[in-house]
Amino acid sequence: MKYKLLNFARQLALILLVIWTVVSLVTLLIELVPGSPATTILGETATAEQIANFNFKHGLDKPAFFISYSSEEGFAWNGLDNRYADYWAGLFQGDLGRSFRTDRPVLDMILERYPATIKLAVASMLVAIGIALPLGVLAGTNKNGLIDNASSFVALLGISLPTFVIGPFLVYIFAIQLGWFRPGGSLYPEDIILPAVTLGAALSAILTRMIRSSVIEELGEDYVRTARAKGLSERTVVYKHVLKNGLIPVVTILGLQLGVLLAGSIITEKIFSWQGLGLLLLEDGIAKRDYRLVQGCVLVISLTYIIANSLTDFVYRRLDPRIRLG
Amino acid sequence: MNRLAYIGIAIATVVILTAIFAPFIATHDVTVQDLVNRFASPSADHWFGTDALGRDVFSRVVYGARISLQVGITVVLVSGVIGILIGAIAGFYGGWLDRFLSAYVFNVFLAFPGLLLAIALVAFLGAGLGKLILALCVIGWVGYARVMRGQVLKVREYDFVNAAKALGASNMRILFTHILPNSIQPLIVQASLGMAGAVLSEASLSFLGLGIPPPAPSWGTMIEEARNYFANYPHTLFFPGVAIALTVLAFNFIGDGLREYLDPKQRTR
Repeated sequence: MKYKLLNFARQLALILLVIWTVVSLVTLLIELVPGSPATTILGETATAEQIANFNFKHGLDKPAFFISYSSEEGFAWNGLDNRYADYWAGLFQGDLGRSFRTDRPVLDMILERYPATIKLAVASMLVAIGIALPLGVLAGTNKNGLIDNASSFVALLGISLPTFVIGPFLVYIFAIQLGWFRPGGSLYPEDIILPAVTLGAALSAILTRMIRSSVIEELGEDYVRTARAKGLSERTVVYKHVLKNGLIPVVTILGLQLGVLLAGSIITEKIFSWQGLGLLLLEDGIAKRDYRLVQGCVLVISLTYIIANSLTDFVYRRLDPRIRLG
Repeated sequence: MNRLAYIGIAIATVVILTAIFAPFIATHDVTVQDLVNRFASPSADHWFGTDALGRDVFSRVVYGARISLQVGITVVLVSGVIGILIGAIAGFYGGWLDRFLSAYVFNVFLAFPGLLLAIALVAFLGAGLGKLILALCVIGWVGYARVMRGQVLKVREYDFVNAAKALGASNMRILFTHILPNSIQPLIVQASLGMAGAVLSEASLSFLGLGIPPPAPSWGTMIEEARNYFANYPHTLFFPGVAIALTVLAFNFIGDGLREYLDPKQRTR
């Protein structure tokens, strides 16, 4: 028990340390911007007073960090009143700052768009499972057969075809030629189908291969021979026994991939004008150089990714005693 | 190696030769606009047709191979060398240094979804070839470091390493002449898959407008430009799309084939 608690505490400490570093990196990213954000936003014609006002409003008049370095004065201590400390203080109060462009709270802007991105990620995961489960089982149970080779090929194709190639082609076929869906937008429930298939294609390829090798591995186990020996049908053997054990690693991959999907949705959202976090980051953040918004979006996506990964890790450890004790 | 790996090698060779001999293969100047001939369909004069500005799509796809491979090779080399060095140090010296690197530093870099970190870096640094390569190296080195660390941990326990130690070989000598050559196989697989990843990431960032700025003929930029017109002129999107897909597929085939070839457990399957 003591060992378990200690292990858990160590894991938790590591996650917190990683989160601290990620937040710090994101906070300091804004310092990489060439020139000052004020002149980027206000333009070259802005007066000194306008720039000073802008900097004051967004806390940019303060030093970047606790210490600073200049070639004339060397290292200098700036005290606790700095941008880094401000960002952290804001974070603890659920405040990600205000947009440089619209002056709206960044958190509000993100929360408006976040559900659409989660919806897209979950839908694409369902699409991926729907494709991968039957295909992977078929490939695994027909090892080296025609179906296996064909599904391997389709899987590699799915991994290699970028979303920005698959997406427009799906739009061309199903929206423009066949007229089944609208080419973009997120107004109607059916609008999610094409983006979900686009985003889920790569994941379905990865899952198919995983399920295939899991099935092959489990089919060689003793318990399968026992199940067959007692006269169970092949269908029962595969779906009741093999899949149950074979799906453990797949569950892990699903958890890890949720974060990847959230990040990968940036491209899909652009293709289909899906009003999610990715489009907010690209169109309102990066394109308009609203660095505060970019910071917020990057932070929220990264934190979701870390939390999803940590939870998966935790669940996996609970599922498989070998890992828990190892 | 499996058949797909040979197909991969064949495609990759064609892409590499295309990139090297681009000036001889391209039929038109890639930046010259011909507004009278906008969106021309594929013909004897323009094999892949022309784009929204009347530029020859075939020549742009040919030169696009140069950009893709230039980014891919540079990213694989730079992130490979950095990753191998850091992974080797972590695995070989062990102790607190290994714990710091593998449990903390590696995890921090893996905590960001790769593409997002690249997007964030380019968004703050500004677009351009150099910055794009830098961003892809920042996200790429961890993969090599992890593989290398794992290999070193395994190989350093072998008898020939103990023998070298007993003979008084220095740490550097043991690391670079004994451990590294025996750890190289999975690194080659990683490099091949890394090449596919880098080509894809470059195209993705260019598609998002964060890669190599126009008028450079990056495949991702070509797809982004074609996106608004492809309903009427699908050829503008089709050819660069096929070029990216084939290139990425080729390096994935090679990486996959090598992995299977080098891993006897998978080979028998």
